[in-house]
Amino acid sequence: METILALTIGVLVATAVYLMLARNILRFIFGLILISNAANLIIFIAGRLTPAAPPLIPEGAEAPVQKAANALPQALVLTAIVIGFGLFAFALVLMFRAYTSLGTLYSDQMRVAEPRQDEAHDKG
Amino acid sequence: MSWYLTAPLVLPFFTAVLAFLLRFAMAGRWISVAGNTILLMATIVLMIQVLNKGVIAVQIGDWPAPFGITLVADFLSAIMVVITAITALAVSIYALGDINQRKEHLGYHTLFNVLIGGVIGAFLTGDLFNLYVWFEVMLIASFGLLVLGGTKAQVDGGVRYVMLNLISTILFLSGIGLLYGMTGTLNMADMARVLPSIESQGLVTVIALIFMVAFGVKAAVFPLFFWLPAAYHTPAFSVSAVFAGLLTKVGVYALIRMFTLVFNADVGFTHTILLWVAGLTMVTGVLGAAAQNDIRKILSFHIISQIGYMVMGLALLTPLALAGTVFYLVHHIVVKANLFLIAGVVERTAGSADLDKIGGLYRSAPFLAVLFFIPAFSLAGFPPLSGFWAKYVLVSAALQNASWIIATVALLVGLLTIFSMTKIWAEAFWKPHPKKINPSLQDLAPSLRRTLILPIAGLAMLTLIIGFFPQPFIGFAQSTSAQLLDTNAYKAAVLGEDT
Repeated sequence: METILALTIGVLVATAVYLMLARNILRFIFGLILISNAANLIIFIAGRLTPAAPPLIPEGAEAPVQKAANALPQALVLTAIVIGFGLFAFALVLMFRAYTSLGTLYSDQMRVAEPRQDEAHDKG
Repeated sequence: MSWYLTAPLVLPFFTAVLAFLLRFAMAGRWISVAGNTILLMATIVLMIQVLNKGVIAVQIGDWPAPFGITLVADFLSAIMVVITAITALAVSIYALGDINQRKEHLGYHTLFNVLIGGVIGAFLTGDLFNLYVWFEVMLIASFGLLVLGGTKAQVDGGVRYVMLNLISTILFLSGIGLLYGMTGTLNMADMARVLPSIESQGLVTVIALIFMVAFGVKAAVFPLFFWLPAAYHTPAFSVSAVFAGLLTKVGVYALIRMFTLVFNADVGFTHTILLWVAGLTMVTGVLGAAAQNDIRKILSFHIISQIGYMVMGLALLTPLALAGTVFYLVHHIVVKANLFLIAGVVERTAGSADLDKIGGLYRSAPFLAVLFFIPAFSLAGFPPLSGFWAKYVLVSAALQNASWIIATVALLVGLLTIFSMTKIWAEAFWKPHPKKINPSLQDLAPSLRRTLILPIAGLAMLTLIIGFFPQPFIGFAQSTSAQLLDTNAYKAAVLGEDT
């Protein structure tokens, strides 16, 4: 199981890096989303995969009776997913704003904040 | 549960909620000032407690240390929190004049206080995953502040800032996952206890490098700094001041914390990389600044070059060098935030921040010239201003360590910094205004003038105090560095006395 998940992470990261190298920032965001899911899977595997019962304590007992799964990585992944969701929502809106106000999605053409020294030259 | 450790963390969020509810009223802006005044008092109480008792820790919800979330304040955290509160207060006063009503209605004061809360949380937490969460709080607030107003340049700079910071966040998260997999804990003190007993130390070093890259993006070190000069000159002046003062320094703080407490096994490898990074950061930053012609762009590149000095102290890892880093952090936050605030006044009075379009401020606004002179030449390291002592401690630490190259680089970069500062001085203050007007502080409405000048004068006073009475500050920096190098007190405070 670890091997399959490790390969999945590898494929996700490779795809993400390919997408993030594109000039189109929409592709870049898709890449970011994939790589953040890869990061979530890393945390998940790091907590060890075991064929164990859910970490629930039956009524009256003080500790789980059977061998229980590690609940902490799941809590971490959940937190990371929620935070990531918020950040990507913001990033998408920002990108939409960039498209409407700058008129392009290509990062080479976004030169308002850092204009080229020879900008005037290019236009002439 | 000691309230003095939780109060600095809760107060900014409380202020943020109140400021949000009252954002359409005049009271909204004063809530930010009042909240930050109380915050400053709370952090001073925390500082006094830390000075009296050494490292203090609180277990949130009374869950014992490695399981629950711990808040820790040692000397480094305490001084960072105090200096954050000082900057926050200064900027919130400045914002009374600088931020227009439209931005207030959009929730400027709320975002600002959430940002401060995130910064303070990052300084106080003792848990690695919690540090990630505070980074995110800080990040999302800074995204909002950066694009608030929505001009084209802001959106453009914002895209770069958001994208590169998200990559760093994801790297940080992967690093946390891998480190948790190796140590089985997220508590930084517990990690430091477990890590030496781990067999595959090579893997630990690999994880250390992941963290170095992740925090390196936040701290804007070479070659990961490109988001900073793309974004920092675009938002409102009070926003760039608080970014310049605090945000990159959180990255530096995280580097210091992780590379003194947790990753201190293979110092020969990791800290040599840091030393190279420090040297290249200093040089590229200062050369980048020399090529710019806008005050805020020059200052942005100088942030990068100054980060190099702080990383240099961490890389040398001697008691004196770390003391230099701590001193530099404090001095830099005050000076840098102040320079951005002054850039705002320059633009308001002279009409632009582009050096070609302004001038004549020395003759027509001599008081502003004096106020600029203090932080600018402190940044360049003129004696007896605060920057001189910061550079002096760092360079003498490098010389004691026989690191001749980095000492030479540090001195040369200091010279080039003087070049940039004299450039701003000559262009903005000395030469006559190209449109033959005499920009003066009297042009500003009296109430506006007061709110803009008061925080600048206050921060300049602080620079002078640090400069003329450096001894207590250097002494404090030395005890901080001793505490950072001997991690036992930290571990004992977090995990209980028996470790």
